[in-house]
Amino acid sequence: MSPPRNYPAEAIVLKCREFGEADKVLTIYTREHGKVRAVAKGVRRPGSKLGGHVDLLTHSQLMLAHGRNLDIITQAQTIEPFIELKGDLDRLSCGLYVVELIDSFTEEHLECREIFDLTLSTIQRLSGGASPEAVIRYFELHLVDHLGYRPQLHKCALCGTQLRPVINFFHPVSGGVLCPDCARNVPEARQLSLNAFKVLRLWQGCSFDEACRVRIGGELAGELEMAMRSYLKYLLERDLKAAAWLDRLRRERLSNNTTKLVGVDTAGVGNYNCTSAGG
Amino acid sequence: MKGNTVPTAQPVARLIEQLNKLPGVGLKSAQRMTYHLLRVPVEEAKALAEAIIDVKEKIALCSMCFNITDTDPCLICRDESRERNRICIVEDPLDILPLERTRKYRGVYHVLHGVISPGDGVGPDDLKIKELLGRLGGNVTEVILATNPNVEGEATAMYLQRLIAPLGIKITRLARGLPYGADLEYADDATLSRALEGRQEF
Repeated sequence: MSPPRNYPAEAIVLKCREFGEADKVLTIYTREHGKVRAVAKGVRRPGSKLGGHVDLLTHSQLMLAHGRNLDIITQAQTIEPFIELKGDLDRLSCGLYVVELIDSFTEEHLECREIFDLTLSTIQRLSGGASPEAVIRYFELHLVDHLGYRPQLHKCALCGTQLRPVINFFHPVSGGVLCPDCARNVPEARQLSLNAFKVLRLWQGCSFDEACRVRIGGELAGELEMAMRSYLKYLLERDLKAAAWLDRLRRERLSNNTTKLVGVDTAGVGNYNCTSAGG
Repeated sequence: MKGNTVPTAQPVARLIEQLNKLPGVGLKSAQRMTYHLLRVPVEEAKALAEAIIDVKEKIALCSMCFNITDTDPCLICRDESRERNRICIVEDPLDILPLERTRKYRGVYHVLHGVISPGDGVGPDDLKIKELLGRLGGNVTEVILATNPNVEGEATAMYLQRLIAPLGIKITRLARGLPYGADLEYADDATLSRALEGRQEF
């Protein structure tokens, strides 16, 4: 029996591209079918029934029809518009970083409900007021876990000995942390402070609410960001474009001393005390 | 040519191939247009060819507002009756047309030629933002942010607001909410929220 022509999908919109006179090609991440590319016909016209229901970073319930090349979105109803996220440039930029990561790491039509749930809760936390940098670091750690790229943080990634609470070394190519002895032979391994080591291990295994109980200072936040970015860059074999944008906003914020993120001061990269968004 | 296995005179095949490259023009449309041009008088075909060449050779960007123009500055920037203290910022030259059709706006424009789109690597340096800041001298009293009401348009508007606010210039944004003729039943939550926030005494 052939599959039904129409199918429902709970989705988060990752990307939009203008197509033709009034259409858009969307990349969506769905709970049921993973990443899907689909056409929203006529969505750019003022009277379109799809309109804002399929805007970037919107959580919507969709009905799609199988098409010859791309599937077609026939109905859409917003579940969560994330208005607070979209009204704050810094949080919105973090949201765009999240969707770029999902789009970069996932293949089409590979269902992974854990990744959908993680993405949804991450965007909810960003919209709900949790510290953006804590949300992002937590998201990165758990995303790579679901993808099968969990960094080794408990045993040396080279010799397998149990890691001790000392200065260890982070080496993406080896897949995680190296003990001081192995790191001597790996000049490009980056030193990992004891606090960063502890936070990464804690956050890898705990809930977001538990992660929020840890107060992170500016320098430690920067170190965690560098470690995770280097790991993601190694896995993707390229830099993330949205990361460059986040860096630019931070530089301009530091130099102008204009806007403050929740819990971020201008003296350092980040100084966050999470407020849980209940995710 | 891909998909065309029927032997065709080389000039015809070449024109079909070129027309097929235009946005929204598929193979069938390109073939119809080609055979139409074969039937019309030669003067009409020449006029089309010359119009295409003219557009590429004579059109440039206005050095003030970056609208497409054949004179520099463009017609709007040269118009003495326009209110030069008011600048309306748009994404694309095409966005100026509907605003001008309202006949309600008498200020000048600035075309960004895109929006901030971090996922595509499009940042402020890829848009005409530096040039905009260079125009915000003493005479400008209002900047109207008329980027599209979607996530990237809003991100661009918020970024510009952040850059321009310290200059003490009034910053306004085109009203967002329900378009005229829309059905409340099909409006999305974000649009309705903005419509409620922006409600006015009636």
